[in-house]
Amino acid sequence: MSLPPEQPPEPRIPLGHGATFAPRFASGDGPDYDNVLACIRCGLCLSVCPTYATDGVEVQSPRGRVALIRAWQEGRLELSPNLRDHMYHCLDCRACQTICPTGVRVGELVLGARAVAESQRRRGAVAGALAGFSLRWLLPHPDRLEASLVPLRLYQRLGLQRLVRGSGALRLLPGPLAEMEGLLPQLPGRPLRQELPEVVPTSGVRRYRVGFFLGCVMTLVFARSSRATVDVLTANACEVVTPKEQVCCGAPHTEEGEFEEVRALARRNIDVFESLGVDYIVADCAACGAQTKEYAHLLCDDPAYAERARAFSAKVRDISEFLVGIPLRRPLGAVPRQVAYHMPCHLAHAQKVREAPRQLLRLVPGLQLMKLNEDDWCCGSAGIYNISHAGRADKILARKMDNLRESRADTVVTGNPGCLLQLQAGVRGRGWATDVRHPMELLAESYRGGAGEQLPPLDGEKVRIDSGSPTD
Amino acid sequence: MEARLIDELRRLLARERVLTSPEELAVYSYDGTFLESKPDVVVLPHTTAEVASVLALADRERVPVVPRGAGSGLAGGSVPARGGIVLGTNQMNRILDVDTVDMVAVVEPGVINASLQAAVEAKGFFYPPDPASLKQSTIGGNVATGASGPRCLKYGGTKDYVLALQVVLPGGRVARCGGRMIKNVSGYNLSQLFVGSEGTLGVVTEATLRIIPLPKARGTVLAVFPRLEDAGEAVNAILGAGVVPLALEIMDQTAIYCVEQYLHAGLPLDVEAQLLVDVDGDECSVTQQLQVVSDTCRQRGAREVQVAADKAESDRLWAVRRAISPSLGRLKPNKLGEDISVPRSAIPEMVRRVAAIARQYDLLIPLFGHIGDGNMHPNILCDLRNPAEVERVQAAARAIFDAAIGLGGTLSGEHGIGLLKRDFLPQSLDPNALALMRQLKATIDPNNIMNPGKVY
Ligand SMILES: Cc1cc2nc3c(=O)[nH]c(=O)nc-3n(C[C@H](O)[C@H](O)[C@H](O)COP(=O)(O)OP(=O)(O)OC[C@H]3O[C@@H](n4cnc5c(N)ncnc54)[C@H](O)[C@@H]3O)c2cc1C
Ligand code: SF4
Ligand code: SF4
Repeated sequence: MSLPPEQPPEPRIPLGHGATFAPRFASGDGPDYDNVLACIRCGLCLSVCPTYATDGVEVQSPRGRVALIRAWQEGRLELSPNLRDHMYHCLDCRACQTICPTGVRVGELVLGARAVAESQRRRGAVAGALAGFSLRWLLPHPDRLEASLVPLRLYQRLGLQRLVRGSGALRLLPGPLAEMEGLLPQLPGRPLRQELPEVVPTSGVRRYRVGFFLGCVMTLVFARSSRATVDVLTANACEVVTPKEQVCCGAPHTEEGEFEEVRALARRNIDVFESLGVDYIVADCAACGAQTKEYAHLLCDDPAYAERARAFSAKVRDISEFLVGIPLRRPLGAVPRQVAYHMPCHLAHAQKVREAPRQLLRLVPGLQLMKLNEDDWCCGSAGIYNISHAGRADKILARKMDNLRESRADTVVTGNPGCLLQLQAGVRGRGWATDVRHPMELLAESYRGGAGEQLPPLDGEKVRIDSGSPTD
Repeated sequence: MEARLIDELRRLLARERVLTSPEELAVYSYDGTFLESKPDVVVLPHTTAEVASVLALADRERVPVVPRGAGSGLAGGSVPARGGIVLGTNQMNRILDVDTVDMVAVVEPGVINASLQAAVEAKGFFYPPDPASLKQSTIGGNVATGASGPRCLKYGGTKDYVLALQVVLPGGRVARCGGRMIKNVSGYNLSQLFVGSEGTLGVVTEATLRIIPLPKARGTVLAVFPRLEDAGEAVNAILGAGVVPLALEIMDQTAIYCVEQYLHAGLPLDVEAQLLVDVDGDECSVTQQLQVVSDTCRQRGAREVQVAADKAESDRLWAVRRAISPSLGRLKPNKLGEDISVPRSAIPEMVRRVAAIARQYDLLIPLFGHIGDGNMHPNILCDLRNPAEVERVQAAARAIFDAAIGLGGTLSGEHGIGLLKRDFLPQSLDPNALALMRQLKATIDPNNIMNPGKVY
């Protein structure tokens, strides 16, 4: 009896292993597994990631970070000190999210991974105390924060905490401490929050009642900028309400994966602003704006707050985003400067507000906008990255400073305190005369020279997104 | 891999450029496909000498070496299927020379395509090969896969711009092939042997590439065709009218459907195809070409024709095309992107057969791509978590390959064979040609250390 001839096997395409059905920690504040799977590994994000540009290794790329998170979720990697450190190397600048064609939210996935990593770690006594001190004792209480007064201390606390958390990073201490000295700007006499009346009336006819979300670092360090924000608003038919009971937005806690703490802060801020009857809530700190816009998402499972959080977040606008949407008085005073605009990550990538600040600056007579290459690249500030990862942040800053020099601007403008600090440090470290300003300062300066006719809204906020090249 | 080999590699290269931690190995285990396989070690050389020393060691010890550029490949080419050493070239990324008199650029392999484009455009020149992955893919990877893009219809692909290569061969010998001249028939055209070799013969460590003056103007036409046949005929009519477009892209009905699901831009869902045509040249020639293209499309049954003569308008027309790939990922978690290439005359028939295959296997297979040159990208959308669907995907892929080969075409126009299409290679090549390829491989790489398991 002869055997039937053996069938040659059909040729097959090796499709690899697909996703797992039982990913670890796929719910709650951990990384969203479906979003992890959305990564098609095209590598487009490699072209915009500052840490990849600096190090040239795949673990420092967005694609690599997503792959690490996926391998961890699928049980192919364990949470090692190495893996934990890699999660903290990301700047959370979200440039990759702007460019990713499939909508992978790498920065957010990394924050989710940090949350899991933190919840799984047995916190050492020192680290725990420090974290508790700054994130839970200091930041939620403006009075305590202001009493401690020296914002350096705030930064130190956060920086130290990160350093103690990071394995083996203690050796690096002297460097970062020196770095902090360099970051420390000249401090205003008093925090703005103590000086600013709860309600500042508009100089003309009131059209909007605007709540002002005054960021911790803005009030403590950049009081001058936030003062200018109020001036610009009141010059444009806005009554400005700045409740003294508002607390930290929670951005620093988010960076550390402390989502429960963020929710507590969010609830307090919602309580505070809800009763004011404001039309909008305006922030002149990009990080605060990005964070408060997230409240809706953060509290969506909280029955008592879900709806209120949605209403709150829907009212939040970055100051520039708000201003281009309303009829503005033409600013008349000349501000003869050559200005480079640096996009804060939390504005350009997290909030997708890219052109509004430049649209506003173009209104200012005498102000010349200079071309800044890589204007939407992170400056290396990234929360407290410049302290926790000083060496790395230095290289990222150096790239920014090189571009700034090439722009030949005499003033660099940006709407985020972290960036302002970082750029100031960069300018000072190089002995340059370049002025570092918040955009509202220049606008307010121009308004001091007079306000002309009412302009139609500049609106047309063009979200310039350089993404999605065609496949194949 | 033995510890002593890792130690030796650490002596050859700086310590921080020899990677061994589980996390680092995990992220060098993939490329732009869904395949994964871990290397034993990753090395990131900075010089040709370092590459040579690694290849000498690997040859002596019979360890596989897998060259890797950006890992954006779509064939599994840089996935270390048999472990061994992944040799990443991305840190060798200097542009060594841009010479506008000889009209060449000399680059290291890790230079990103877009960086080269920017450097030569600053001098009024351009480097035509423009794979859609130009922002991330490396010149080394482009050479090794023979990459091309939309502009290649008019200007040709990577192979047409490679004048010379420096290649490190197994054992560590360094060979320079070709030169800076346009014409050169002294001996075999060896540099072309390495174009499309997918890292199976050696490591490219330097490339001398042709550059050409940048045309002054550009324009775009978007034409909507109720009938697919008409779109196919319009393509041939445009080319027949003496216009060679810079790019000629098609979107079939399924592709339009996918984009509409994603953009909600009110795209016409009742039409069978859209053509996107780009022309370039000096100002008056562009105006004239735009006229010819739009007239031709109308005559051949286009229902609607839009013309863009400035960049902003043109970007707007291209937005829909650019939205295809993001849209696909939102309909199904996985996609298998095919890359078949058929003679131009077979284009309409191929499009029809892909649609029939999609119906037969109940799959969504949008088709789009550079129709002008017959290279098409049917993308099979699927969910790899569904085993029944995976079987249908396999069957559909086989059917698409069969159809392409049956129409006188081939498996891959620009992505390469790698791991993904390896099983299918014998049926698509002449047996004697395949045998010759194997012979060449055995001569150059007798110990089969270069990217083993790929292509063949
Ligand atoms: C979104 C997307 C769009 C794409 N669009 C196109 C397109 O339009 N046209 C196109 O042709 N391709 C396209 N591709 C495929 C891919 O980008 C190209 O094949 C590209 O040339 C790969 O370059 P790489 O640097 O990523 O190489 P890798 O993926 O790292 O490697 C590809 C192959 O080349 C070998 N290799 C790499 N460097 C060297 C070297 N220095 N010496 C020897 N061998 C080497 C590797 O071993 C491997 O076999 C696309 C991919 C993606 C993800
Ligand atoms: S761009 Fe998005 S899909 Fe592509 S590799 Fe990066 S994260 Fe993944
Ligand atoms: S968020 Fe910024 S640093 Fe982090 S992966 Fe994305 S681009 Fe890189």
